[in-house]
Amino acid sequence: MEALKDILATCEEIAFDLNFTRAKEWKSQDDNRVIVGYMPIYFPREIIHAANGMTVGILGGGDRKMIIKGDAYYQSYICHIPRSIMELALDGHFDSFDGFIFPSICDVIRNLSGTFQILGKGKFVKYMDYPQNFVANIGGEFYENELQNVLDEVYKINHVKVTPEKLNHSIKLFNKNRELLRKIYDIRQEFPWRLTAADVYHIVRAGYMIPVEEHNQILEDVVYHISQDINEPLDNIRVVVMGAFCEQPPVGLIKTIELAGCYVVEDDFLLGARWIQKDIQEIKAGGTLLSSISYAFLNNSTYSSSLYDAEDPKERRLLELIKTRKVDGIIFAAPSFCDPALLDHPILQKACEVNNVRYISFLFSENTGQFKVIKEQIGTFSDSIKLWE
Amino acid sequence: MSKEVVSKEKSMIIQKEMIASLSKELSNVKKTGKKVVYTFVPGNISELIRAFDMLPVYPEINALQSGMRKKSEKFIRDAEKMGHSEDVCTYVKCDVGMMINGNVGSGGDVVPPPDLLLLSYTGCFTFMKWFETLKRLYPEVPVAMLHTPYQAGHKITPEMTDYMVKQLKTEVIPKMEKVSGNKYDENKLKEILRKTSITEDLIMKIFDTTKNIPSPIDAYFAGVYYIGPINNGFRGTQEAVDYYQMLYKEILERVEKGLGPITPEGVMEEEKFRLVIEGPPNWTHFREFWKLFYDLGAVIVASSYTKVGGVYDNGFRVDPEKPLESLANYCMNCYTNLNLEQRVELLSDCITKYHADGFMVNSIKSCNSFSAGQLMIMRQLEEKLEIPVGFIESDLVDPRYFSYSNIKNRLESFFQMLEQRKLYSDK
Repeated sequence: MEALKDILATCEEIAFDLNFTRAKEWKSQDDNRVIVGYMPIYFPREIIHAANGMTVGILGGGDRKMIIKGDAYYQSYICHIPRSIMELALDGHFDSFDGFIFPSICDVIRNLSGTFQILGKGKFVKYMDYPQNFVANIGGEFYENELQNVLDEVYKINHVKVTPEKLNHSIKLFNKNRELLRKIYDIRQEFPWRLTAADVYHIVRAGYMIPVEEHNQILEDVVYHISQDINEPLDNIRVVVMGAFCEQPPVGLIKTIELAGCYVVEDDFLLGARWIQKDIQEIKAGGTLLSSISYAFLNNSTYSSSLYDAEDPKERRLLELIKTRKVDGIIFAAPSFCDPALLDHPILQKACEVNNVRYISFLFSENTGQFKVIKEQIGTFSDSIKLWE
Repeated sequence: MSKEVVSKEKSMIIQKEMIASLSKELSNVKKTGKKVVYTFVPGNISELIRAFDMLPVYPEINALQSGMRKKSEKFIRDAEKMGHSEDVCTYVKCDVGMMINGNVGSGGDVVPPPDLLLLSYTGCFTFMKWFETLKRLYPEVPVAMLHTPYQAGHKITPEMTDYMVKQLKTEVIPKMEKVSGNKYDENKLKEILRKTSITEDLIMKIFDTTKNIPSPIDAYFAGVYYIGPINNGFRGTQEAVDYYQMLYKEILERVEKGLGPITPEGVMEEEKFRLVIEGPPNWTHFREFWKLFYDLGAVIVASSYTKVGGVYDNGFRVDPEKPLESLANYCMNCYTNLNLEQRVELLSDCITKYHADGFMVNSIKSCNSFSAGQLMIMRQLEEKLEIPVGFIESDLVDPRYFSYSNIKNRLESFFQMLEQRKLYSDK
C-alpha cells in the first residue's frame, strides 16, 4: 500500500488536471468507451458506467485557468464558473468528451447548456431537468425518462445497451464509493487532525476524474491510513461550510479556514459524490431499468439549494447535520452572484439565530486569491467560540 | 412630438379600470371571503385560479409597480438588512421589503395575504427560491408546486406535458379545491380558456402591426402596458377580450392614418430607427429610459420581454377542449422557458419580419434567467443577420444600478452607428 502522503500527492495532481489525462487514457483503451462531462451538483454516474462510459466532473478552472475568452460570454454580474467552463471549452480541454450534462442548478447553468448546444460541443448536450415533484409515478417517471434520454444518446455513440445486470454492477461500485466517502467523513468527525480538509477535497475531487474502480481503491487505502492514530490534534473549533455546492472554492480558501482555527468536518463542496445518502438498491424483478436510481433520488437525496424543499425544510436538515456532526459553528461561504445559495442564506441564518448556532458568512469566487481578510474574519469567529462558549 | 392627449385612448381607460377593479376586489376579500393566490407571470395559469373563483396576486407586478413609484429602493434596503445579499434578484428583495413594511401595494391598499402560494416554476429558477422565502413568511399557507420542464431539447415532448398534467391533477387542483372550498369544474375552465384563446389571437395581431412603417406601436415600452391585462389576472376574462378588441381597433385606426406610436409626450412623428430589444425594462426610471429612445426617433418593433407571459408567435394557442394539456403547454411555451437556440430563432424572426435596423440587449443585473446567455444571443444574431447590435445594462427595480448618462452615451453611439449604416446603404 502506498504511503498516505503519496496518495494525497497523486489525488491533488489528478483533481486539478484540467487536461483530463486519466480519462483520456481510459477512453483510448477501448473504442466503445465514452466520456461524458457533467457539471455539479449531481448526476447518477452509475448509468453512464453501465453503458461503458465514464463521467468526468466539469468543475470549472478554479484559480488555475486564466480567463480571457470566457469573459466575453458573461456579464460582470454573473458568477465565475460559467466563464471558466467556457474558457476550458474554447481552449479545447473538452475535445475528447462525447457528451455534456448540465444538471438543473440555476438559470446560469441552464443557459450555459444552451451555449454549448449552439457551439455544437460534443455529440450531445443534455440539460438534466431534475424533477421538483417527488412522487414516484409523477416526478419519478419524468426523471426516469430524462435519464433514458441520456442513455439513448450514449447508445447512439457506442451501441452499448444497458442491462439490469450491468446497471446493478455499477450501482454496487458507486454504493461502495459513497460508503467509503461516508467513512472518511465519519473518521474525520472524530479525528479531524488525521487528514486536512484540503486533503479530503483533493481525494473527493480525484473521484470526478478517474474510473470509480480506481477511486474506490484510493478511498480504501485512505480509510486504512486514517484509521491509525496519526497526527496531533490542534485547539480548533469544528465547523460546517455551506454554500459552495456548485462553483468550487479555491483550495487556498479551504486551507485558510483550517489555518484560522477551524476543522471543517462537514461541507457541501463536491456535493454530488455524496448526494445519495443511502445505498441504492439493486433493480428488483419487475421494476423498470431506472427505478432504483430514481427511487434513490426521490427519497434519499441530501438537501440542496437547487431542490425544492417541499416537505422537509432545509433549515431542519441543516440543524440536524449540526447535531450529528457535533459542530461549533457554520461558515456560510457562497460564490458571488450565486442566486440559489444566497437566497437560502437568510432562511438558514435565521434558523441559526433562533437555535443559538454561531455562524459567519462571506463570498468568494473560484479564482479568489487573497485570503487575508477572510482569515482574520474566521480567526475572530473561531476565537470567539473558543473563548466564550 | 405632436401633443395628442394620451388619455384619449379608450383602451387605456379600460385597462386602468380593469386594474383598479382587481385591486378593489383584492382589498375586499375579508368581506367577500374570496381566496387569494400568489403566483408568477410566466406560467401564469390564472384561468385555473379564476375557475375556482379565487383572485390572483403577482409579486413580480407588485415589485415592478413599487419600482415605477420609486418605492423599491427602501424595500430592497430593508430586505438587505434582513440578510439578503446585494447580488440576488431585486424583485425578491423588493417583495420581501414590501411585506415587512405592511404589504401596501402601489395603489395604497394593503395587498391581502395569500391563501395559497401557486409556485408556477416556469423559466426562472429564482421563482422557487422566492416562494421558499415566502413560505417562511407565511408558514401556514400551503404551496402548490407546478414544475414546468425546460424546453432544453428544442420542443415540448408528450412526456413533458404528461408530467405537468399529472402535477395539475394531483398537486395543484386538489390544493385549490381545499383552499377555495369549490370542486374543480372542467366545463367552467373550458369556457374561460375559450376567451383566452381569443385574447391570444388578438395579442398576436396587435404585436404584428409593427410590420407597418411607421410602426403604429412601440412593442416594448408601450408593449408592457399592452400585456398588462393578460399578465395581471385577466387571462380568460371577458374584460380582457373587450380590452384587446378595443386596443386592436385603435391600432388599426392608427395604421390607416399612418401614425407612429404614442409616447408619454404624444405621437412620435418621425420613425428613424426600428429595433428589437431583448431583456426586461428598467422600472425605476421607466419614463426616462423610454424617452432616451423616442427622443432619438427609435421605435421598438418587437421585444422578448412582452413574450415572458406567453409566446404566441409560433402559433401556440390554448385549446379549450384540452384544458389541462393547454395550461401545461402554455407554461412550457413562455419565453424564458425556451432554450437559447429557440430564443435566437424567435428574435431572428422578429428582426426579419418587423424590418428591424438593429438589435439591442438591456441586460438586467439581477435577472439571470434573461441575462445569462444574452451575449451569446447577440453574437449569434450579429453573425447570422449581419445586423448592428447594442448592449446596455440596468436593473429591474434597484435604482442604484440605473446609470442614466452611461445608458445615454451607449445609445447615442449605437444610433450614430445605425445612422451611418443607413447613409452608407442609401449610397
